Amino acid sequence: MKINVPHIAKLANLPLKPQEKDKFEKQLSEILSYVEKLSEVDTKDSETTSQVTGLENITREDEVSPSLTQEEALSNTKNKHNGLFKVKAILED
Amino acid sequence: MNYKPVIGLEVHVELKTKSKMFCSCKADYFGEKPNTNTCPVCLGLPGALPVPNKKAIEGCVMIGLALNCKINNFSKFDRKNYFYPDLPKGYQISQYDQPFCTNGYVYLGGETNRHLPSGTKKRIRIRRVHMEEDTAKLIHQGQDSLIDFNRSGVPLVEIVTEPDFESAKEVVEYLKKLQQIVRYLNVSDADMEKGNMRLEPNISLMINDKGLRIKKTLPKYKVEVKNINSFRFAEKAIEYEIKRQTEILSEGKTPVQETRGWDEDKQKTVTQRIKEEAQDYRYFPEPDIPPIRFSDSDIASIECIMPELPDVKMQRFTNIYRLSAYDAEILTRDRKIAEYFDETTVIGFHHEIKRKRIANYIINRKIDINKILPAELIQIIIKDNQKSSLDEDKLSKVIAQILIENQKAVTDYKNGKVQAIGFLIGKVKQHFPKADTRQIKNVLEKSLK
Repeated sequence: MKINVPHIAKLANLPLKPQEKDKFEKQLSEILSYVEKLSEVDTKDSETTSQVTGLENITREDEVSPSLTQEEALSNTKNKHNGLFKVKAILED
Repeated sequence: MNYKPVIGLEVHVELKTKSKMFCSCKADYFGEKPNTNTCPVCLGLPGALPVPNKKAIEGCVMIGLALNCKINNFSKFDRKNYFYPDLPKGYQISQYDQPFCTNGYVYLGGETNRHLPSGTKKRIRIRRVHMEEDTAKLIHQGQDSLIDFNRSGVPLVEIVTEPDFESAKEVVEYLKKLQQIVRYLNVSDADMEKGNMRLEPNISLMINDKGLRIKKTLPKYKVEVKNINSFRFAEKAIEYEIKRQTEILSEGKTPVQETRGWDEDKQKTVTQRIKEEAQDYRYFPEPDIPPIRFSDSDIASIECIMPELPDVKMQRFTNIYRLSAYDAEILTRDRKIAEYFDETTVIGFHHEIKRKRIANYIINRKIDINKILPAELIQIIIKDNQKSSLDEDKLSKVIAQILIENQKAVTDYKNGKVQAIGFLIGKVKQHFPKADTRQIKNVLEKSLK
């Protein structure tokens, strides 16, 4: 299977050096073929599911409880301005 | 060449629950200080666990039911992955292949639509209604973008139609209808200017080959328009796009598939920065939230608590109450007014006051329903009735005088020239310019016997 490493790196928001492309392509291929082993299991009688906890309908009532203070919310960042998080400008032409 | 617009709509409606979708922070962010309604869940901090808001799910299902959707017995949440600063987790919790509601429809037209021949209705298919969370609010300021996470995680319902619209007018009618429905359900204020109702139309044109067999294939491109925050902008943006795309197609070219934004200053849509690659959201089931299963009785009990919807009310007002479509439409526009009218008619019934008369008071005299109780309105109508019967005494006196002064008309009338009564009505009206012509005619006829 051909893996488009630069595309995956972009989706993952990770910088990629040109020389890393082959290295990661090999590693990702190995991971895929390892996971591929699962297809050897006979699943004829198994139901398809995305959850194995057996739980269903876990919800909460619509009630408000106290939030963090603004200082607490911003305490992990150095980049702030007037109570807001600050990031580099998002291009919007 | 003649082109036919093909328009589909995505509408986002923010629900007015007390708390957010997956955490118990306050959901109403309007006028709040920035970043004061947040917690590890809605800030996307590692390890925080989302728990869905039951009331929000109910609201989503109600919207689905109101739009005649099938409510799926089994649903789940999924992660939609992309990087953007307003999305702290790097993914949005949404629904992908098993949304709460699918395959609905609404009708446009009927009696209230001036753009369709009366009696014609147009069916707009609803593809899906699903539940997700709102993103944080970005404020662009020079070299920086500032983020307020108060809006992050507010319950958001997305309503997607099939590309069934053929004009901007149809789109606006649908939007007004959708707004009316969610307001009736009391699940959202659906105020476009405040941003709790947002829409993204996608617009393309196909060749309108009437006579030939109409090709069912959709155009190969579509243009999505964002940044529309009023019904008026929606209409203008769509009309602008139809014109722009017609020009491109007429030159034998194909419009670029892209996202554009409405620029109110320039009165046109402008290209928004195109993402470098095709969207690749890599949806997968949200592992932190177990699936949701609705039994048929769960769905029925949600249906039970829904109010009577505008279309049904409209039908009841015209078919059973025998109001004109015009009156019924005005009275059902707002649920409060409709309920006020209903309540007043019940009291009015005991005083033999006709529904039409109550409708006239509410519509023409613009009664302030927040100040005048239904029973008070009935008292006002009763008083007015007494006043007009007092007037009737005066009226009879004036009429007697006029009959004496206009013997010729009286004789003509008695000799069978019935239209002579018009002349006499005119004379009476000089004394009572505001009086009801029919009432004058009735009294006149009695006096002439």
